[in-house]
Amino acid sequence: MINSSSDNVKKLNSINRRMFITGSLKFFIMIGIVSRLFFLQVKENKKYLTLSDKNRIREWKLAPVRGEFHDYFGNVIAGNFEAYQLHVIPEQVENFKYVIYRLKDLLELSDTEFKKVLKRKKEIKPWETLIVSNNLSWDKFSKINNHLYDLNGVKPVISISRNYPFNDNFTHIIGYVSQANEQDIENTELIKKNFVPGLKVGKIGLEKSFEEKLIGTNDIERYEVNAYGRRISQLEFQKGKKGKTLKLTVDTEIQKLANELLQDKAGSICVMDIFTGEVIAMHSSPSFDPNLFVFGISQDNWQLIRNDPMKPLLNKTLQGKYSPGSTLKPIVALSALENGIINTSFTVRCTGKTEMYDQTYHCWKKEGHGYVSLRNAMKMSCDTYFYEIARKLGVDKLSETAKKFGLGKKVFDNLFEIEKDGLIPNTQWKKNTLGKGWLLGETIITGIGQGYIQTTPIQLCLMTAQIANGGHKIYPKIIIDDEDKLKPRDYYTPLYKNSKNIKIIQDAMFGSTNEVMGTSYRSRIDNPKYQFAGKTGTAQVKKITERERELDLKTSEIPYEQRDHALYIAYGPYVNPRYALSIVVEHGGNGSTTAAPMAKKLFKLIIDRHEIRQSINDKKYLEI
Amino acid sequence: MYQHTRLTNNNSTFFQKFRNFDYILLICILLLGFISLATMYSTDGGKILFHTKSHFTKLMIFTMMMLFISFINIKFWFSVGYLSYIVVVGLLVWTYFFGITSSGSKRWMNLYFINLQPSELMKIFIILCLAKYFHRMKLENVNSVYTILTSLIIILLPMGLVIVQPDLGTSVLIAVSGIAVLWFAGINHKYFIYTMLGFVISLPFVIAFLKPYQKLRVLTFLNPDKDPLGAGYQIIQSKIAVGSGGIFGKGFLKGTQSYLEFLPEKHTDFIFTLFSEEFGFVGSVVLLVIYIIIIYRIVAIGANSRSYFAKLFCYGFGAAIFVFITINMSMVLGLLPIVGSPLPIMSYGGSSMLATMIGFGIVMSAKVHNQQLIA
Repeated sequence: MINSSSDNVKKLNSINRRMFITGSLKFFIMIGIVSRLFFLQVKENKKYLTLSDKNRIREWKLAPVRGEFHDYFGNVIAGNFEAYQLHVIPEQVENFKYVIYRLKDLLELSDTEFKKVLKRKKEIKPWETLIVSNNLSWDKFSKINNHLYDLNGVKPVISISRNYPFNDNFTHIIGYVSQANEQDIENTELIKKNFVPGLKVGKIGLEKSFEEKLIGTNDIERYEVNAYGRRISQLEFQKGKKGKTLKLTVDTEIQKLANELLQDKAGSICVMDIFTGEVIAMHSSPSFDPNLFVFGISQDNWQLIRNDPMKPLLNKTLQGKYSPGSTLKPIVALSALENGIINTSFTVRCTGKTEMYDQTYHCWKKEGHGYVSLRNAMKMSCDTYFYEIARKLGVDKLSETAKKFGLGKKVFDNLFEIEKDGLIPNTQWKKNTLGKGWLLGETIITGIGQGYIQTTPIQLCLMTAQIANGGHKIYPKIIIDDEDKLKPRDYYTPLYKNSKNIKIIQDAMFGSTNEVMGTSYRSRIDNPKYQFAGKTGTAQVKKITERERELDLKTSEIPYEQRDHALYIAYGPYVNPRYALSIVVEHGGNGSTTAAPMAKKLFKLIIDRHEIRQSINDKKYLEI
Repeated sequence: MYQHTRLTNNNSTFFQKFRNFDYILLICILLLGFISLATMYSTDGGKILFHTKSHFTKLMIFTMMMLFISFINIKFWFSVGYLSYIVVVGLLVWTYFFGITSSGSKRWMNLYFINLQPSELMKIFIILCLAKYFHRMKLENVNSVYTILTSLIIILLPMGLVIVQPDLGTSVLIAVSGIAVLWFAGINHKYFIYTMLGFVISLPFVIAFLKPYQKLRVLTFLNPDKDPLGAGYQIIQSKIAVGSGGIFGKGFLKGTQSYLEFLPEKHTDFIFTLFSEEFGFVGSVVLLVIYIIIIYRIVAIGANSRSYFAKLFCYGFGAAIFVFITINMSMVLGLLPIVGSPLPIMSYGGSSMLATMIGFGIVMSAKVHNQQLIA
């Protein structure tokens, strides 16, 4: 024994004392750990449970189904179709390289398309879906289906996408959809909320204006995912709502005819119900196929549309600002009558030209019309007569009447963001914007719709409609909106001082179309069922020089950009009128030879379609 | 040389020894083994896969080994105290030169059936060595400069060898094991207090010398939300797992944090997190109680041993195990920075289990031979 017993006792005392201290220390540390556990697991449990769910549950939104557009008769003009797509989940493919090259062959992908697919593959996780092709033709789709046996991991998928069955017919009304970009997401709260990659949103037209009604709500899939984002199991599927379907006032048949009439021409046709303000047709030419934009337009197609000299991207009905030319004459005459400047017996002698304020003003007819009264001046569109009454009337009174009838301001308010105001000048306007005093000579050319004055085709149509309905205020509309039953209070309020004056103008327009010497006599329809009244217009795009006046060239001999615009406004049937229209053909030459014949064809169809349209109306009332 | 090391020199028969077993300790160890197996089964996603199988095999072999050690006279363990220490230091040196490098640190040596981590063994054998060192020492000599220097060298040598691996966590735990023995041996408590003060004061300087990843761990501990997907990820996910467990847990095999792989290192250092998520506060406390009983039994065996060596070993080992457990739990509960420290028996890892089982074996041997005097 090395240790003495007394030392042993001391050592034992020491170690036992220290064991006691250690034991107490252990006790307190254990208390600490248990309270920490209690704090995390009992007290803060809810917080951590939420965090744990946040970890493991992820939502996937699916693109919502977009609301459709229907025409007045319920035909789908912007709908959804099942797009045949090809998806690959790279992780599920044994030999990705082989499969992707096989697909390249089968789908005949171009090198740039192929590179795009490979690039996208690099950007996604291996278990995410790679869209190889988003809109396959049925041929290729079935070809792939036949080769599926050696394309492991390739999934043919049917997905819902936008479709415009009438191609270029409605482009300028409803616009088109395309992939949402950052701007779309930022500007519209609802797009942000419903956004999923590949979501298509309206870019222009009604598709854009009614985005919030059309977009619908997402389907939502809830999945349990692991730490790397891989889906483990589906927890929930929440069906979304399809967007609202919007019904238009437009008649597809008439719209198609309008498109046909303006084929290979630049211009616009619009047709309107003169009582309800419903737009029956509204077409701007040339148009383009909105389907091209749905999956992203190719560079070639885009350049083709963008560089077309006839400017298909421009909505001429709403954006095109034209001098109204002689189509303004009914308003000038009306204004003169209303203001008591003239009466029906007021006569002017037309010699082909007239000297006023040291300037020569020419009538379109070199040899002159002789003595003309109001009715004949309208009928034959005598410029000299209108120079004279414009001079007597003054531009301010004229602009007042023109504005009353809807010229110079947006017809659809804010429905189309691209719509232009046009311009109805007066002395105040010139002073404010140009800082110069109004010249009397400017009043004179305003009298035949030239000079500063600019109107859009839809404004001319509205003006015609309001003359046709006896001079009552209407509000044009293109969407049949159930919520919008309340019409503005001044609906049908008279725009005239004396209704006789409107009658005089209507009668003069009747003469212009249906009587010998009338400018659109050759386009008349004698059958009273279809008979219409109208007014031609020819708008100069540049000042005619004396030399050109002497040459008296035919339209075809003038370079395209210098040719006059051809215009025509009309309403019909003359007895119990119902519809008004305006036609503008850019650089079409002469209103009576180019634009008026179109009206003849249009009225035939419009009147024929009237009864069918009425029967739809009756049905609507029955349902109520 | 030492006659009493001969195994045949026993006073009691095999059956007497068997009766002398500490059954409470044994049952608790087996219970812990069973719980660890079940948890491992859960980390494998409810299937018997690699980790479960391997853990089971190790558990079987090492439990057998522990029982075998129990039958060897405590005198034998006394006699090999220095030798085993020197052997493990040798292994550490070997590892330094020929070890296997994995995730940036050279900790393992390749034996053909197991990758051994000698630093884990050192946690136990340093206790054995120091217990032997202080066994014969008179109390008045304990606080002599010579003794203190010698014991410090005994501690610092393996610490240094482990730090260069680099493995700060294990080297700290080795130090803790050694210091625990010094404490029970009766070294003046002033030294402990001064050392502690010195450590606290020098802490900022120590941090300045830390490796960047270690510094990051400390900073992350102080503010885990600063970089939730990077350095703070482990501790945040670990807290979420524990916290979402609630009172009764999410249920066996239903720990979403673990089976959806949000938990890092769930087999090893973070095994308690998974257990706690699935069995909740109640389960965690039950597990803690099992550990407390084990530690209590170790201390009780020490108290009932006649030899000072056995006492010193048991107290030292009990304190060390306690520290291992608390450091691991504090770490996963966000009370301490992340240092690599396994939870004894529960964590996957052969070396740690081997060392712990050897420790249990020696304790059990002390119980079986509690009347044994060591000269």
